[in-house]
Amino acid sequence: MCLAIPALVKSVNGDKAEVDFGESVLREVNVALVDVKVGDYVLVHAGYAIQKLDKQDALETLSLWNEILAAGKE
Amino acid sequence: MAAQSYRDPELAKRIAEKIRVVAPKTDTVKFCHVCGTHEWTITHFGLRSLLPENVEVIAGPGCPVCIVPASEVDEAVQLAQKGVAVTCFGDLLRVPGSNGSLLEAKAEGADVRVVYSISDAVKMADKEREKEFAFFAVGFETTAPSTAVEALKNPPKNFSFLVSHRLIPPAMELLLGVGDLQIDGFIAPGHVSAIIGLKPYELFPRVYRMPTVVAGFEPIDVLMALYMLLKQLRERVARLENEYERIVKPEGNLKAIEMMDKAFAVTAGNWRGIGRLPDSALQLREALVRFDAREKFGVKVTQGKDILLGCECHLVIIGKIKPDKCPMFMKACTPENPVGACMVSSEGTCRVWSKTFNHPAGLG
Repeated sequence: MCLAIPALVKSVNGDKAEVDFGESVLREVNVALVDVKVGDYVLVHAGYAIQKLDKQDALETLSLWNEILAAGKE
Repeated sequence: MAAQSYRDPELAKRIAEKIRVVAPKTDTVKFCHVCGTHEWTITHFGLRSLLPENVEVIAGPGCPVCIVPASEVDEAVQLAQKGVAVTCFGDLLRVPGSNGSLLEAKAEGADVRVVYSISDAVKMADKEREKEFAFFAVGFETTAPSTAVEALKNPPKNFSFLVSHRLIPPAMELLLGVGDLQIDGFIAPGHVSAIIGLKPYELFPRVYRMPTVVAGFEPIDVLMALYMLLKQLRERVARLENEYERIVKPEGNLKAIEMMDKAFAVTAGNWRGIGRLPDSALQLREALVRFDAREKFGVKVTQGKDILLGCECHLVIIGKIKPDKCPMFMKACTPENPVGACMVSSEGTCRVWSKTFNHPAGLG
């Protein structure tokens, strides 16, 4: 139940935002828990955005993992 | 969002090789996670098969629906029987109370409605002003902020909350006190942590010398967390590390924490199969008590029948046994006819295991 899915913010109107979960259908979610603007990625749980998701961070994590694995001489 | 890379079989294999290098050669080590979604990832992608035999991952009390005590299901059923429209997430419908579930109450004519989000429940109440509505608010720190948002927004007068939220860190601490339950490290739940941040876990390495890694939910996230835990064991250190930096900030979501604090007070709470844990539950603060369904309709059940005879949910919930060690698993207890709460919820350990029962899973 703690499943949360990333979505792209398409429009913001107060506490409400229209987001795209990648299915090309816009869905309304509540954004009272985060400060977001159009173009941000958010993590949505049960209709509420619970955190912003930095696309750059996500990509960097992947390269970091590769580095850790390459560097870890055991 | 490059999700495919987080499922890359090649990367998974490389991490698995590293895991073999750092893992102890003979001693059995056991890592515990406390999240139904982690169990889903581990089972669905067959991650246990990538680990050395002496490295085990066990599932702790991470299914928020499973740990709702029968007494609180009884309260919801009583509300429904009093003519209140009870709204809840779908997983809750079949969770057994002492004398039946919400689904059974619905079959007998009570108004029980499944919603995807608490905001849908508020909308229903707003539309049908002549009817009383209550939302059965279960879930850990990931879900509680959404309840807080609605409670602080001055909901319609005919709307109330049956709050059954629980907090994860007290349950983790409890596990460390369970005799003969070996735990060598924690995989902390990523989305709970997105809200609460890292601080609430600091006591695990500091006080209990327990390696703790906050992890995301992709297969690579979980494997990486296991690698980080094994490295700590090998270095004989206990640290709090964050594998899920792309979502979990050290401070968490300050806005959500503030709203939760405004709406809720922390109190003791019952957990199915575990019992009463101090400082592990949320209740609406005094200023919001008019929205508390228990007060508004006078329903308060203090004792319930949590575990039916023969059901081993209480041992599965704390990770003491695996589902296939329960004599009822996939025999008397199936997803179609669940006996215990762990088989009811899609995040219950038994339910997750039922999906790959006789169907080996893998990472593609």
